[in-house]
Amino acid sequence: MRPTKLSTLALAAALVAAPLAACGSSGSSSSSSTSHATLTYWATNQGTSLQDDLNVLGPQITKFTKATGIKVNVQVIPWTTVLNQITAATVSGKGPDVLNIGNTWSPSLQATGALVQFTPSVMGQIGGSSRFLTGSLSATGAPGKAPTAVPLYSLAYALYYNKAQFAAAGISSPPTTWAELIADGVKLKKGGHWPLAIEGGSVAENIHMAFELSEQQGGQFFDSSGKPTFNTPQNVAAVKQMMNFIQTDKLTNPSDAQYSKGTEALVDYATGKTSMVIWQAASGSLKQLGMNAADIGVAPVPLPSPVPAGGKPITSMVAGINMAIFKNTKNMSAALQFVKFMTSTPEQESLNSTYGSLPTVSAAYADPAFHTPAVTTFRSILSSSAAPMPPVPQESAFETAVGTAIIHLYADAATGKAVTDSMIAQALTQAQAQLGG
Amino acid sequence: MVDTIRVEKGVTASAPPPPRKRRWRRGWLPYVLLIPAVLLELLIHIIPMLAGVGISFLQLTELYLSNWRAAPFAGFSNYALVVNFNGAIGQALLHSFVVTILYTAIVLAVSWTFGMAAAVFTQRAFRGRGVIRTIFLIPYALPVFASVITWNFMLQRDTGVVNQLLLDVHLIHSRAFWLIGQNSFYSLVVVAIWRSWPFAFLILTAGMQSIPTDLYEAAAIDGSGAIGQVRHVTLPLLRPVNRVLLLVLFLWTFNDFTVPFTLFGSAPPTQADIISIHIYENSFVSWNFGTGSAMSVLLLLFLLVVTVIYLAVGRRGERHA
Amino acid sequence: MHEPVWFRWARVVVLTLLGLFALTPVYVMLSASLKPLSDVQGAFRWLPSHLTVAPFIDMWQTIPLLRYLENSLIVSTAASVASVLIALLGSYAISRYRFHGRQVFSITILSTQMFPGILFLLPLFVIFVNIGQVTGINLYGSRTGLIITYMTFTLPFAIWMLAAYLDTIPRELDQAAEVDGSGPMGAFIRVVIPAAIPGIVAVLVYAFMTAWSEMLFASVLTNDSTRTLAVGLQGYATQNQVYWNQIMAASLTVSVPIVVGFLLLQRFLVAGMTAGSVK
Repeated sequence: MRPTKLSTLALAAALVAAPLAACGSSGSSSSSSTSHATLTYWATNQGTSLQDDLNVLGPQITKFTKATGIKVNVQVIPWTTVLNQITAATVSGKGPDVLNIGNTWSPSLQATGALVQFTPSVMGQIGGSSRFLTGSLSATGAPGKAPTAVPLYSLAYALYYNKAQFAAAGISSPPTTWAELIADGVKLKKGGHWPLAIEGGSVAENIHMAFELSEQQGGQFFDSSGKPTFNTPQNVAAVKQMMNFIQTDKLTNPSDAQYSKGTEALVDYATGKTSMVIWQAASGSLKQLGMNAADIGVAPVPLPSPVPAGGKPITSMVAGINMAIFKNTKNMSAALQFVKFMTSTPEQESLNSTYGSLPTVSAAYADPAFHTPAVTTFRSILSSSAAPMPPVPQESAFETAVGTAIIHLYADAATGKAVTDSMIAQALTQAQAQLGG
Repeated sequence: MVDTIRVEKGVTASAPPPPRKRRWRRGWLPYVLLIPAVLLELLIHIIPMLAGVGISFLQLTELYLSNWRAAPFAGFSNYALVVNFNGAIGQALLHSFVVTILYTAIVLAVSWTFGMAAAVFTQRAFRGRGVIRTIFLIPYALPVFASVITWNFMLQRDTGVVNQLLLDVHLIHSRAFWLIGQNSFYSLVVVAIWRSWPFAFLILTAGMQSIPTDLYEAAAIDGSGAIGQVRHVTLPLLRPVNRVLLLVLFLWTFNDFTVPFTLFGSAPPTQADIISIHIYENSFVSWNFGTGSAMSVLLLLFLLVVTVIYLAVGRRGERHA
Repeated sequence: MHEPVWFRWARVVVLTLLGLFALTPVYVMLSASLKPLSDVQGAFRWLPSHLTVAPFIDMWQTIPLLRYLENSLIVSTAASVASVLIALLGSYAISRYRFHGRQVFSITILSTQMFPGILFLLPLFVIFVNIGQVTGINLYGSRTGLIITYMTFTLPFAIWMLAAYLDTIPRELDQAAEVDGSGPMGAFIRVVIPAAIPGIVAVLVYAFMTAWSEMLFASVLTNDSTRTLAVGLQGYATQNQVYWNQIMAASLTVSVPIVVGFLLLQRFLVAGMTAGSVK
């Protein structure tokens, strides 16, 4: 979910070397007996630390081993390196059997051919695709192709607001339109307090927000044939709106332009330094940061009012983690059993309630743990107002190019240089030029 | 026989060393001794380099990444794209090049000055000299990633010590950004100087140690003060050391990747867009490796030309000295 | 030697300023590593609100710091020792012999210093994978691959410096040993090398430090189990918070051995560089 430049480098390197791997790799052999197999599983860092993830996954895996006799050797990989490792595994043919991937990587990884495609027959072995939420299933590969992975944890963006601070400022309900948000911000700003936190230095956060706002304006970053169309009035308007948080609306501390680690804006919200933040489902992190649960309010991201012509009422991109199987695995049926286990209803309930994410199978929502107002809000966002990022092979190049351009624009806005529409247009054009388009 | 790469002999007051006789062996021994080095260089440096140059003539984009043998031959079109200063890519490359030149020049000048000043002032023994020398070497001894992460922490706008200090002494009135915006260039320069000047200090100190003290005494008798002694004794005798030091510092600073990458993270501000990072981002953001390789080859050619000119001019200067 | 008063004052001022410049980040590192997390999240304080060694304890858990430390130690030590050994052979050839191709070799070796890393990073990765496929020798993602890469990086400067240093060792030493009956290699091992210890130490330290700090190649050529510190320390930016105090504690911990070693050996370093750089 947060590919870094280093990981893009390795992805590229891997793809260049892929034809070599194709010669030397052994095809996956079907294993007759699975009961004594050992699987290697690469998990991503969903919890508050790598050790935390091991503590969460450990008991679940023990359950699995007891039930099936299959051992699982789990490794938790930090976000800064996971894409590196996945692509290196693709190239060298030596990798895990099962792995987590960021769902926006699905189209790119699908193109490498390294993952097992979940055709209807394969899907059937893990329980069929109808169990999954449509929203989650939409971010599992290129349209028209079989999913290259199955959704494991679902996430979406929402507007987190501080109920106590809202009440103290006399605001009775969260804003539903951007105009309301700005008006609320004025009330909250008394006393030098900053209403809205933004992770302005993060490629991922910027690109996700730009995508969501662009959808609201009716824009698109790729046309139907997959060609990039970055510099359009709608996209410019979306980015301008982001800049205005700092420069005209004055809702956001200019310092936020430096926030690049993917954590600082949330910390500001959790510690009460700001009243609002637009973030993915984060109940686990908020608890660990010590925020008072009664103060946590969740609402969909505001929409423009009125929604412009051609605009869609989108408030989030489809975020989440998918689970995939390496084509080179020697334990295909054991791997399928593990995937089936992890996407089974009890596991979905347990893992997602621990991590604070959303189950990807509809049956899991029967569990009362997911009947809280927050989860209900996220679920309705995911099912009614979420759109997947452009499912094209150039997707991660797009994310990095435009996300980085926005980082530079935020830096300009923060240091006092007014960002104009033409500056944004030029930045988008240059970003597109980097994709060779 | 003049050796093109060796530092030339300086002038000392002692008798010149006996002429070197190299054993002329038509033997195999030297070749055998060099085999490991040659093999490693071929494997790690030369062959990949040639492959990199080869890629610059291909249109190796994401379409052909998985089948690079089929990537179409692009001739010089990658190079044309990159030096087209009217286009987005060429313009950005030129900007990055200028930024890097400025950065290197300032870092070089200041690091050398600091190193020279410190070397001169610690040339003669005084109490605590050993401690001072040790302190000065610490920035160079610290691993880059550890020390530059610390600088990142120090330059944070709201929580960093730099802003705190500047506020406390009333040099600024409100907290400034040091890691984005215009100031980011100066931050990078300061951090680079912080790391480089101890190296200059080390080399210059080592060089000064071989200057005999009677030369200084002779100069003092002739009426030179401290500054005069530096100008007439130290600097001329350090010329061979300085020639190499400046060249090495130039190459290392110009090519530096780790310091700007650790300081600014994955998206450096445009004001501090150092060329090694620029090329890195340009190749791997767009997955247009042909273009990225073309940029790298141009960079290499530039450094080659500068080095050759520098060495040639230097040697001519030596002969006339 | 007469030192005028202004000179002495200037010396105090200049050296003090430079000393402060050099040491401020070290102080920040040290003080931050003993602060509770709240201290490093607010405005900078010169002194910790209360001293705590918790960062030094917690830092081992947040990321697999011990594994990264091990990997860095193994890779840097092996690379520097191997580099010195090979450089010794090569520099002996250059210093003591005249042979065809000597010039070309020297120039080519030194010109590799100019190569931008990015130009050959991708091809190198492909070559390593290729070798792994064809011969089964796993170079990608292994410490071996990284060691080979690093020792090659430091080889040019090492050969150049050692050759220059060996030049200052008089041939009479070699000849005396040969008269005693040992061949040229014997002379080399028993007589020349001991005399070249300062130069060897200088090169060893340089190679070790270069390998320890290298980041670009380490980020691509390692995997989770072989990752080195240079790349691994970035892992402190976890999902939730940036533990600056732990980052500082870890940075301090991985720096102390290097700095101490460097400072202990600096005498050799100066001697090695003196003979190597000036002639």
